Amino acid sequence: MNIENSVRKIFAQLKQVKDPEIPVLNVVEMGIVREVNFVDDKVEISITPTYSGCPAMKAIEDEIKKTLQAEGYSNIIINKIYSPPWTTEWITEEAKKKLKEYGIAPPEGIAEDDFLKDAIAKPVECPYCNSRQTQLTSQFGSTACKSLWVCQSCGQPFEHFKYI
Amino acid sequence: MEKRFDEKTKSALFEYVLRLADDNIIIGHRLSEWCGHAPMLEEDIALANIALDCIGQASALYSLAAKIDGAEKNEDDFVYFRNENQYKNLLLVEQPNTDFAYTVARQFFYDAFTIYFYDELSKTGLDPLAAILTKAVKEITYHLRHCKVWMLRLGDGTLESNQKLQSAVNDLWRFTGEMFFKDETDKFLFQQKLIPDSQQVKNKWNKLIEETFREAKIKVPNTLPNTAKGGRIGFHTEHLGHLLAEMQIVARSFPGAKW
Repeated sequence: MNIENSVRKIFAQLKQVKDPEIPVLNVVEMGIVREVNFVDDKVEISITPTYSGCPAMKAIEDEIKKTLQAEGYSNIIINKIYSPPWTTEWITEEAKKKLKEYGIAPPEGIAEDDFLKDAIAKPVECPYCNSRQTQLTSQFGSTACKSLWVCQSCGQPFEHFKYI
Repeated sequence: MEKRFDEKTKSALFEYVLRLADDNIIIGHRLSEWCGHAPMLEEDIALANIALDCIGQASALYSLAAKIDGAEKNEDDFVYFRNENQYKNLLLVEQPNTDFAYTVARQFFYDAFTIYFYDELSKTGLDPLAAILTKAVKEITYHLRHCKVWMLRLGDGTLESNQKLQSAVNDLWRFTGEMFFKDETDKFLFQQKLIPDSQQVKNKWNKLIEETFREAKIKVPNTLPNTAKGGRIGFHTEHLGHLLAEMQIVARSFPGAKW
């Protein structure tokens, strides 16, 4: 089996590893797994943290090791890389759909310039009724990557995966 | 980063990265003290989230400091087993939470500084420091946005909220000058073109502070902003010792303990 196939196989196996905070998404479609390399007899997995302080990262590292060990790899090295920094733009379209079905409004791109200027965030689309009559309750939700919103059309409070 | 510099530059860089890490662990710890005590649930969660980002940034910076130093040290050694005079954080970040307005003002001053400072610093191409800071800037953008909203709500809120914020601003103002102060380490690294000029950062900081004060109906204090400094050489206010005692007690009582 050539290297390319082996790498592809590992990426497929890593799709079993879910984000512990958002169990509908796996670490590959989140864009957390950046690279897979074979060095001598080792498998090197490069991952990037979503947020510097994300407490799920340790759990994700452990889960990656456990999953690959179960697949028969014994020598697994996990590298944390910071550059380029993780962005929600790496979340696949399919994953965004899954987020919405799960009740989390997926990230929407914001032009960098607007980011600081408007202290009040632009309304995001309610994942339940698709209305944009929504209001921000807090910039921070149950995890750093989410904010809290309430929909004024259907009355449903919901979380939004912030653009970063 | 660790290989291409001579010993003098390496030791200056170690010192410099350690300062940034100390700033973040101390302000992160201060924010974490709000956990379970904030005025409302959303704010409790927000402050704990910001604390986590700061502690995460500190962790990455301590790992980098250890690499530059070449000594067998990890983040815990830096955080739990150094005394007050070995901490090199800004005096601003160790100031106690006091009340919510005080915490908001402290965080706003700090975020308004780091957002410009880290951005400039990451442009000097000092990898992997630049990578850590580029990531941090994205996170700080959210922190700053959050704090700015609170500056406006408190400042332009009720008479009482305005007075509480004004008094916090007046009290903390004297610690803000230290952020832009250059000592021998800064001057040396600046000469080596490894760090940016703090004057540019200061101008941007001043502009954001003035604009926000105006909008929040907060007056610029008439005291000097640079009367309190010493954090960078390990001379601290009385508050840091108490913070460290609480933060370090478990690790020092049971060294090497794991869970």
